[in-house]
Amino acid sequence: MKKIIVIGNGMVGYKFCEKIRKTFDASRLSLTVYGEEPRPAYDRVHLSNYFSGATAEDLLLAPRSWYEDNDINLLTGELVTAIDRENRQIYTHKGKRESYDYLVLATGSSAFVPPIRGVERHGVFVYRTIEDLNQILTYGKKIKKAAVLGGGLLGLEAAKALLDMSLETYVVEFADRLMPRQLDDAASDILRMKLTTLGVNILLGKATKEIKGNGKLDGLEFADGTHLDVEMLVISTGIRPRDELAKAANLTIHERGGVLVNEQLQTSDTHIYAIGEVACYQNMIYGLVAPGNEMAEVAIDQMMGAKERIFKGFDMSTKLKLIGVDVGCFGDPFGSSDAVKPLVYKNENTGIYRRLNVTADGKYLTGGILIGDADDYNILHQMVQNKMKLTVAPEALLVKTSAKEEGGAPGVESLPDEAVICSCENVTKGQIQDMVRANENCTINDIKAQTGACTGCGGCTPMVSDLMKASLKSMGKLVKNNLCEHFDYSRQELYDLIKINDIRSFSTLIKTNGKGHGCEVCKPVVASLFASIYNEPAIVHDTIQDTNDRFLANIQRGGTYSVVPRIPGGEITPDKLLAIGSVAKKYGLYTKITGGQRIDLFGALLHQLPDIWEELIEAGFESGHAYAKSLRTVKSCVGSTWCRYGVQDSVSFAIRVEERYKGLRSPHKLKGGVSGCIRECAEAQSKDFGIIATEKGWNVYVCGNGGSRPQHACLLATDVDAETCIRLIDRFLMYYIKTAAPLTRTATWLNKLDGGIEYLKEVVVKDSLGLADTLEKEMQGLLENYECEWKRAISDPDLRSKFAHFVNSTEEDASLSFVDLRGQKMPAAWG
Amino acid sequence: MVEILNSLKSHQVLAEEVKVWYKAAPVDRFPIDGGACVKYKDLQIAVFNFDSGKEWYACQNLCPHKMQMILSRGLTGSCGEEPKVACPYHKRTFSLKSGECLNADEERILTFPVKVEANHVYIGFSR
Repeated sequence: MKKIIVIGNGMVGYKFCEKIRKTFDASRLSLTVYGEEPRPAYDRVHLSNYFSGATAEDLLLAPRSWYEDNDINLLTGELVTAIDRENRQIYTHKGKRESYDYLVLATGSSAFVPPIRGVERHGVFVYRTIEDLNQILTYGKKIKKAAVLGGGLLGLEAAKALLDMSLETYVVEFADRLMPRQLDDAASDILRMKLTTLGVNILLGKATKEIKGNGKLDGLEFADGTHLDVEMLVISTGIRPRDELAKAANLTIHERGGVLVNEQLQTSDTHIYAIGEVACYQNMIYGLVAPGNEMAEVAIDQMMGAKERIFKGFDMSTKLKLIGVDVGCFGDPFGSSDAVKPLVYKNENTGIYRRLNVTADGKYLTGGILIGDADDYNILHQMVQNKMKLTVAPEALLVKTSAKEEGGAPGVESLPDEAVICSCENVTKGQIQDMVRANENCTINDIKAQTGACTGCGGCTPMVSDLMKASLKSMGKLVKNNLCEHFDYSRQELYDLIKINDIRSFSTLIKTNGKGHGCEVCKPVVASLFASIYNEPAIVHDTIQDTNDRFLANIQRGGTYSVVPRIPGGEITPDKLLAIGSVAKKYGLYTKITGGQRIDLFGALLHQLPDIWEELIEAGFESGHAYAKSLRTVKSCVGSTWCRYGVQDSVSFAIRVEERYKGLRSPHKLKGGVSGCIRECAEAQSKDFGIIATEKGWNVYVCGNGGSRPQHACLLATDVDAETCIRLIDRFLMYYIKTAAPLTRTATWLNKLDGGIEYLKEVVVKDSLGLADTLEKEMQGLLENYECEWKRAISDPDLRSKFAHFVNSTEEDASLSFVDLRGQKMPAAWG
Repeated sequence: MVEILNSLKSHQVLAEEVKVWYKAAPVDRFPIDGGACVKYKDLQIAVFNFDSGKEWYACQNLCPHKMQMILSRGLTGSCGEEPKVACPYHKRTFSLKSGECLNADEERILTFPVKVEANHVYIGFSR
């Protein structure tokens, strides 16, 4: 049995363990790992998450138990102090001695600290380990202003950490541009502009002469005589390989640091391998995780006797989000040979920069830089990696290849089989295709489990998913978007089935067209379909509704509900305000203004809901449908009635539109907005439908979104009158309701719609499918069926009796408990 | 919540060894193909029926994920042959036969025997 010792338990050292144990269990080789840090390997790539809430536990690549389960002897907090090459033994600082057959150096690197005067002062830190972060966090609590020395990739990560700590943040870079190794001047300019708007102050071309202060630092002095007052400095000016142990053992070291390795990753001693940032291969230190992982795999093959696989260097392309800004850099970003000409697109308004280096004959892409929007990174990178001949004019690539949200990745079919789709785990297109071809029922989770694709950085997930669908399609298989195990139909197919067969209950539907008892996925979808087809109140189908629709209120932490009465357009009389106030006071509800210009009342017990609504309805309110996948609000600005800039009466129009579509059930929630002039104070362009006043009428926008993936709405029609505007929205909404997948907002629906907004305009405005009449009539039918669900619920004793915590007692739930929050109540912390 | 769970455990029993059949409520008080919550002493029990009242199940009302008294308001369904309930909060699903969590690493929930006699629902306890 072979005995392997790994020195270093960082990301690459961990990958070595994971990969070797996958093939060789404890009966074939014994594995011991020494790590000098107190905890097992953690994710250094996402270190700045530590500042935005992640714990040290969250960052671990695997818990300590994983090492035990895999028979890996992990010794953390123990430093290897010497290697006795002759006897193949190592010594630790605890005086322990252990022999090996193979030794793997995965000691990584440490932060390089330049020899600047004053670098020893209090308040100067490096950004490398969790211990460093803890010190930065503690020190940062006492101060307001901090700087990062170094505007490279890691330096900008560190700047994000300072921003997360709410510090006034500066980045000081010696070179004339940010990320000098990855970006050109123009890209750096754009990135700098974007980062400046996000609150990072950037100083370029600054050579730091001295770190000033008395004990602790209070400022930086630069060679040009200028000065910057800061109270903390984080140094991130590069890395130094941790080669001291190798040096002491007389292994060959590169003159600028790093243990020399050959293509088998052997050092000058054939029993000692070096991988990751400590290894120097052909004058190069690879400071990224993906090449480190590749080294780990090559070293394993070599050690265990599979000699074919060697290390041939590694592509240093990278895509990341720096402080929320996309940055991608692939192939040869600078186009450094004469035979290559750069094409450049730059938009300072949107902060987008796109540089593509193309061979002089215009046939091949050799590399490039993407700032602000790197959605096309995967496909462009693949085109370079696989030396694919361009099939379009190179200029066409300057425009984003597709406006599709979910990766879109057009041309995934055109990639060669050996294209590496997942670079973290080295999975090729061919491997994924073979899996799908061998088993047409294979899911993305099967692909993940079997190949490891998508399990590293996750960046390849959209491509893997596209590839899976493309492979199925090429086999002549229909790619079905089945709802769940109970129905072999998509939402759109079920819509038609229910409508054509006039099905009115879930039990009928599942008996005739499905199997089993249904589930939490299909039941609410079917309920939503019934509502979108017949516009019956949700409460009729209460047991297939999610809890919000079942009890016509929004469930909150602790088991209570919140209540939102409709306030169309956000306009409310003082009397109605008083009515809401008195209800809130009577039932002890926490009140808050919502983002949609309404008032939310929190903390209502289930049995109180009908009583609360009885009073609200008495005061003239209706259900606000805040609990439903349906129209929520139509936000408005005050418009021409009061505003000196307004050109149309936006409030009246918003009220009209909200009254029209209230209660309209849809695949997901719907939000609208009406602005009275071009200033757009109602933020209508972030809504599912937005209407903006012009001198001549209204501009109609559709498919905008706020939330986690904000997206501007697209212009559907210009300068239309109010009647046309409503007709267009009728058609648009109905078309969406009939064709969208479950829980898909209009923005995502549009992104997936073949032909995008131009196609939608054809259908909705130009009526290219001849559907306009039908859509308008169907909408009219739904709107005529509207009734306030709460009015129905309180006036029907059977429905009303459903609002009780117990079926056999009128008592309240004794487990509820509240605490005080600025004079109102809130639920006690949960488990 | 730990006390609640311990108390629940001390009341749990196999169908063949029930000591107390608690008469909870008439069948028509329960929603068809849905759930409701029954109070027994200080315990909260979620009771569900499938197939328009032909099959009945009972389990603890407490979801072990965030310790919320909520399962009776969850959507019921099946996973293969296994009847299940989904917690409304974060959609953890539990088998109503074994009590095991089907889609996450959560504690198993306690289940209780149910019978219907003379149009009333009874839940079985050890005491």
